[in-house]
Amino acid sequence: MSEEFRVEIVNPEKSFLVKDDVSEVVVPAFEGEMGILKDHISIISFLKPGIIKILSKSGDENYYVEDGIVEFKNNNLSILTSTIFNLADMDKSKQQDLLKQAKEEANKTDINDQSKYLADQKVEVLKTLN
Amino acid sequence: MASLDDLKKRIASVKSTQKITKAMKMVAAAKLRRAQESAEKGRPYSEKMNNVILNLSNGISDKENVPKLLSGTGQEKTHLCVVMTSDRGLCGGFNSNIIKKAKSYFAKILDEGKELKIITVGSKGNDQLKRVYGDKIIENISFKESKNANYFDADKVGKMVIEKFEAGEFDVCIIFYNQFKNVITQIPQAQQIIPLNNEGEESSSEESYEFEPDEDEILSNLLPKNISTQIFKAMLENSASEQGSRMSAMDNATRNAGEMVDKLTIEYNRSRQAAITKELIEIISGAESL
Repeated sequence: MSEEFRVEIVNPEKSFLVKDDVSEVVVPAFEGEMGILKDHISIISFLKPGIIKILSKSGDENYYVEDGIVEFKNNNLSILTSTIFNLADMDKSKQQDLLKQAKEEANKTDINDQSKYLADQKVEVLKTLN
Repeated sequence: MASLDDLKKRIASVKSTQKITKAMKMVAAAKLRRAQESAEKGRPYSEKMNNVILNLSNGISDKENVPKLLSGTGQEKTHLCVVMTSDRGLCGGFNSNIIKKAKSYFAKILDEGKELKIITVGSKGNDQLKRVYGDKIIENISFKESKNANYFDADKVGKMVIEKFEAGEFDVCIIFYNQFKNVITQIPQAQQIIPLNNEGEESSSEESYEFEPDEDEILSNLLPKNISTQIFKAMLENSASEQGSRMSAMDNATRNAGEMVDKLTIEYNRSRQAAITKELIEIISGAESL
C-alpha cells in the first residue's frame, strides 16, 4: 500500500495548492510542530506563524504561514490560511519586509498577550529564514 | 415639430450615448468574467471553514461555555446591519435591490422596538440610506481604491464588527448583499453572521475529531476568522453581481438607444420629405399662376 495522502492548501482567494503524492507534512500547530503521516487520526488544529514542510516524491516544499487551520480527515489534509508564501519564491527583500512588519507589531504596547505572542513568533521564524 | 437640424443633433447625441453604454457593457462583461472566477475560486475556503466550524460545534463538550460569537449574547435587543453595496452607479437595480431588502428589515426591527445600527460598505448604499436612516449609520466604509475585492479589506470590516461585538454594542449582526446567480438574476440576501446560525445544517460526518488544543480554544480562534470569511464571500458575490447587473443594464440601454435612433431617423426622413414636397408644391403653384 502506498504511504501517500492528499494535501490541499486553500486561501481566501483561491485553492493555493493541491498535491496527491505527499508522504509527510509538518505543520506549525499552535502547541508545537506536528508531523502528519498517512492514516493519522482525524484532527482539527490551528497554526501559529511558522513553516509548513511538505515532503513528497516529486520533491520537498516549504511554505511560510502566519495563521490558519488544519483539518485532517480520511487521508485528506486541508489547510486554510490567509497568508501563505512559498519559500522558494520568497526573496530576501520580501522576507525583510515581513520581518519589519512583524517587529513593528511585536513592539506595539496596546495589544493583548496572544497577539503579542503571535507577533513574537513571526519575528522568530522570519529571523531563522534569513 | 422639431426642425431638421434639431433632429440631426438628437440622433448624433443618442448615438454617442449608445457608444458609451456599449463600451460600458463590454468592460462590465470582461470584469464579470474575472469577478465570477474569483467568486468561484473563493468558495472552497468558506465552505471548508463552515464545515470545520460545524464539526467543531457538534463536538463541543461544554455546552454552557460556548463562545458568544456562536451562541449569541442571550438577547436580541440591538441589531447591527452591514449593508454591502457598490461604489459606482449605472448598474441597474443592483444597489436598490439590496437597499429595498435592507429597508424592509429595518422597518421590521424598528417596529418590534429594537435598536438598529447600520454599517454601510460602499458609497452608494450610504447615499441612499443616509436620507432616512442617517442617525442610525455608525460607520461608512468604502473601498474605492481597491480594484478587486480582496481578503485584506474584508478582514478590516470583520475586525471592526468583532471589536464592536466585544464592546457589547450589538447582539445580532446581519449582512446584506446580492448573491450572484447569473447575469440577469441576482438575489438580495440577508445573512446572519452573529450569532452563527447553524441550525438545520447537518454535519457531513459523524466521525469524531481530535482537537489540539481543545474545542473551545479553537472555536474562539476560528469564529472571528469566519466572520471575515463570510464578509469576504459576500464581497466576492457582490462584485460579481455588480458587474452582471451592470452588464445587463447597459445591454438594455444600448438596445433602447438603438430603437430611439431608428425612430428619430424615420422622423427625420419624414420631415425632410415633407419639406421637399412642400417646396415642390410651391414651385408648381407658382408656375401655374403665371
